Amino acid sequence: MPATSDVVARLSAAVKRYGPLTALDGVDLVLHRGELLAVLGPNGAGKSTSISLLLGLIRPDGGRAELFGRDPQQIDARRRIGVMLQSAMLPITLRVTELLRLVASYYPNPRPLQESAALAGIGDLLQRPYGKLSGGQQRRVQFALALCGRPELVFLDEPTVGMDIDARQKLWAAMRALVAEGCSVVLTTHYLEEAEALAQRVVVMGKGRVLSEGSVDALRAQVPLTRIRCVTDLDAATVANWPQVAVAERDGGRLRISTSAAESVLRRLLDADAALSELEVQRAGLAEAFTELTRDEPAIEQEAA
Amino acid sequence: MNAVSISTASNTPVVTSMPFRRVLGAYVAEARSECLRYMRNPSFMLPILLFPTMFYLLFGIVLSKSEGPDVARYLLVSYGVFGVMSPGLFGFGVSLALERDGGLLTYKRALPMPPGAYLLGKMLMAMLAAAVVILLLLAMGLGLAHVALTVRQASLLVLMGVLGVLPFCALGMLVGTLIKGQGAPGALNLLYLPMSFLSGLWVPLNQLPKALQQLAPVWPSYHLHQLGLAVLGMQHGTASADLLVLLGFTAVFFVIATRRLRRYG
Repeated sequence: MPATSDVVARLSAAVKRYGPLTALDGVDLVLHRGELLAVLGPNGAGKSTSISLLLGLIRPDGGRAELFGRDPQQIDARRRIGVMLQSAMLPITLRVTELLRLVASYYPNPRPLQESAALAGIGDLLQRPYGKLSGGQQRRVQFALALCGRPELVFLDEPTVGMDIDARQKLWAAMRALVAEGCSVVLTTHYLEEAEALAQRVVVMGKGRVLSEGSVDALRAQVPLTRIRCVTDLDAATVANWPQVAVAERDGGRLRISTSAAESVLRRLLDADAALSELEVQRAGLAEAFTELTRDEPAIEQEAA
Repeated sequence: MNAVSISTASNTPVVTSMPFRRVLGAYVAEARSECLRYMRNPSFMLPILLFPTMFYLLFGIVLSKSEGPDVARYLLVSYGVFGVMSPGLFGFGVSLALERDGGLLTYKRALPMPPGAYLLGKMLMAMLAAAVVILLLLAMGLGLAHVALTVRQASLLVLMGVLGVLPFCALGMLVGTLIKGQGAPGALNLLYLPMSFLSGLWVPLNQLPKALQQLAPVWPSYHLHQLGLAVLGMQHGTASADLLVLLGFTAVFFVIATRRLRRYG
């Protein structure tokens, strides 16, 4: 457990209600220095409410939110953060340099303009009006605005939505560069591969609660399933009745099996069908883990009710 | 719990104090970009500049040639007030309504923008636009209609425009906090045009029905009109009362609007 001074942001038992709706129901969240934390969850899980609390946009109804040990509504705390929000329509008639200069003016010790531009890969866009840029280019400019103040902590809310693969890869590289500098990052995303590629720690939220928290590997390990695919004549229903087979189903000429004991199932498969071919064995990914976790939500809801 | 938070605070290196010069610079940068973005936006600037100048050219200069210089002088104030109202109402109201809707206001609140810089920037932008409108009308009045003005009167008229925009900024801001998004321009026109008419900016008040004449002091534009007429020596007496009423309007609208803005964002 790292020392307290290592904590850059924290939610402690945070509760937020909107009328009868409980958006956050006692959320604990800790972010350490130099860490990239991905917050995952379906819509309405409480991701943006958590971010809004940490940014000081709203106040918790219970518990507390802290940035660098202070109230996020104190401007001194926010002078150490950078922000990229999902839906911020920036002034379309301003040029990219003018936007960068404006946002940098809010910070005590901002990066030189060229450095911010280079980090976000927008060196060629500086003189263009913001409104004339494509969606992906605008996202990159917003990313440059998030890091231009030399922040110690950056909030990125769905940063790669609407980006093509190339642009997304570039932004991932830029995020890694930020973390390498010692900057902490909070990333909310719908793309599980993004969390898988970048995050040291993943928090999965659902219905206003933290469902799971840990490394990507630990999260995967919560769903100890392996996928087996092969071409075989064996009957899916028969295989499904084997011990430790979770699912077995036919997919065209192939049989797909999910199991928690890949080795013994494989042995039995190969014994049962000598003609078996095109064998693939794959560990379940974050996607399966995520589906598995959020599938438990109704049960949790019933418990609460 | 307390002990933890205290140790956190003391272990944190204090690199966040911002020199006064940089804080000031942030206010300047905010005001500068607010002015730039609207001056570059023709759909904002053109109506603000064209309507009062075209009306003044038509009704104040071309159509009133036979009626003597006093008409051009009187209408210089009327269309001046008409022209000053719109950067306040629309510059504040429409942009606030759109920026609350489009997430820009939320974004700025999350950033370490110094307090009030957002509103101050919009205010300066509206004052600048108002000054441009008054200067254009003055140039037309002096150059085309040969209205006789002393330097003092002309300067006071510009001052009336630059400060007179403030009650309308506050009113626009209030509307901007009540309406979100695309509905704001329509709502503001419903306020702007009838208010101009009922304050006697288009038709002199004494030609309006008695009831409407008695209603006129309700509108801030009526008082700004009276103030302008006093500046040009066409109205005697109670200018200071009008000034106080305008101050009151501004304060009340502004206080309600900031409270709403703080509460609902």
